[in-house]
Amino acid sequence: MAMGIALRMGIDMSANSSTTNQNGKIIAPQGFDLFVYKTKKYLGQLDPYLTLMGIGLWLFAYWVLCEGLQIWRFDKLPGPVAISKDWFAVDPFQGISIFTQEYYDHIIVSCRRILIAFGIATAFGVPLGLFMGWSRTIRDYIFPIIEVLRPIPILAWVPLSILLLPGFEGPVLFLATLASFFVTTLNAMLGVDSIDEEYFRAAGCLGSSRWDVFKNVVVPGALPFIFTGLQISIGVAWFSLVAAEMVSGDLGLGYLIVDAYMNNVTVPMVIAMITLGFIGYFSSAMVRMLGNKLMAWHVKELSQQGR
Amino acid sequence: MTKEKHRNSGLGALSIKNVTKVYDPEGVNVLAVDDCSMEIAGGEVCMIVGPSGCGKTTLLNAIAGFHSVTEGSIHLDGDLLCGPSKPLADQGADRMVVFQHGALFPWKTLQENVAYGPMVQKVLAPREAMDKASTMLAEAGLGSFLTKYPGEVSSGMARRAEIVRALINDPKVLLLDEPYRAMDALTKQIMHESLLETYDRTGVTIFFITHDLEEAIFLGDKVHIVTTRPCQLKKTVEVKIPRPRSYETQSSEAFRKLLEEVSDAVHEEAVKAFQAGEREMA
Repeated sequence: MAMGIALRMGIDMSANSSTTNQNGKIIAPQGFDLFVYKTKKYLGQLDPYLTLMGIGLWLFAYWVLCEGLQIWRFDKLPGPVAISKDWFAVDPFQGISIFTQEYYDHIIVSCRRILIAFGIATAFGVPLGLFMGWSRTIRDYIFPIIEVLRPIPILAWVPLSILLLPGFEGPVLFLATLASFFVTTLNAMLGVDSIDEEYFRAAGCLGSSRWDVFKNVVVPGALPFIFTGLQISIGVAWFSLVAAEMVSGDLGLGYLIVDAYMNNVTVPMVIAMITLGFIGYFSSAMVRMLGNKLMAWHVKELSQQGR
Repeated sequence: MTKEKHRNSGLGALSIKNVTKVYDPEGVNVLAVDDCSMEIAGGEVCMIVGPSGCGKTTLLNAIAGFHSVTEGSIHLDGDLLCGPSKPLADQGADRMVVFQHGALFPWKTLQENVAYGPMVQKVLAPREAMDKASTMLAEAGLGSFLTKYPGEVSSGMARRAEIVRALINDPKVLLLDEPYRAMDALTKQIMHESLLETYDRTGVTIFFITHDLEEAIFLGDKVHIVTTRPCQLKKTVEVKIPRPRSYETQSSEAFRKLLEEVSDAVHEEAVKAFQAGEREMA
């Protein structure tokens, strides 16, 4: 940590890995060299150590409550030692570990459902939202209905979806898709609303047809909002998927949690929860990365503002 | 040469006749432009000066086809743009607007922005449009910024690129709405010289809204001073300073006299606008 502070003070400033060629021109490091430079710089800062310390403190508190002191009620929960013992055991005591096929079956089923639900919601929600933002007529037809349906909590849809759709898969997919769809649609529409009127005027001046405006102004202009929406919507999709799996399911991480609870095995329950946390984190990180790739202009603009 | 061609053929002559515009945003009629008439010859640099929020932009919007007119008519080279039978002019590439806050598409590079017009009008193939864009940007001193996004370059460069984006369409009229408003004095100076250079090369008609009096005299052939809302033509000052002009022009005796004349006329309106308590409208 002391090192981190020292480096922050600027002692490391001379040690960047830029090189100078014969003409005395400075060449910025590239590829692997750049990666090494960035890693070194990151490790030279205080942040990674603070993060590690935060995780350590949190785990320690959890251990003290559940296993160290076994405080009343907390003694019923599995502590970090019990969980990691089972999680990484070849022959887990409570049935679920990284060595059991069952663990991966649940993960794969849930991920596949998210992929389908998020995919359908995006494929329909983004265009619908864009059209609603673009055309007054389409908005007048559809927006009021969506605004009434949207606030209905997704769990309230459970009975209807079970009545409507056969089997386990149908209702679960329906619920996750629906929740994700509302968020995506609304954000795409707001994205179009957020576009400055002057871009539409400029496009008109330059001789654009209505379709040119849609392709060149509406879609790219709404992208930042769309991707904010997609990041929220994939989270909402996970949320409602797990809720649906808990109510009506045969497999999946949500089902694993309820199933473990019913059978009075607490370790798989917590393992499933932590797994959900990590997968959820990675799925939104992937959406964010895709967004940054598609919106190089936006990323550069923000970095010019020092963000 | 090009300039002479434009001047001789008188292309881009705007005739604004008795234009009136009434808004009623909240059920109350607001008279923005009242019986305003102006004649702008082809190839002329016409500067519109008036207090903030007086209705200058309304006039520009009517010419560009963003807003309708309530009464009166506007003709471009004898063709009707808007009038009693057709209150809203069609938007078209013969009248290019350069906006107050800049409206380069932030999601397109400078080159893509400039190539956009000829591409969507299908006057050039995409390849040719991109080539022409790069040539024209290079002429404007932006050759090394072709692949930059507007958010990555300075406001002055972005504004210059926006003017190139307008000029690539060979417009008859360039409509500028306080394009240099937010710039510091030094950048403004450079922008003025660059615009004058462009004008000397193309001879395009320029309709330029400003409330910077020195800018108006330095750039213009005629300075039209308009009244505070409702907008009416109050006085026209002819600027008979020969072109090409350079920034030394601004310290000449003739320049100082014109400035005084314009100031007197504008000051009266500014006081009226201030007393009316009109909020500054962008």
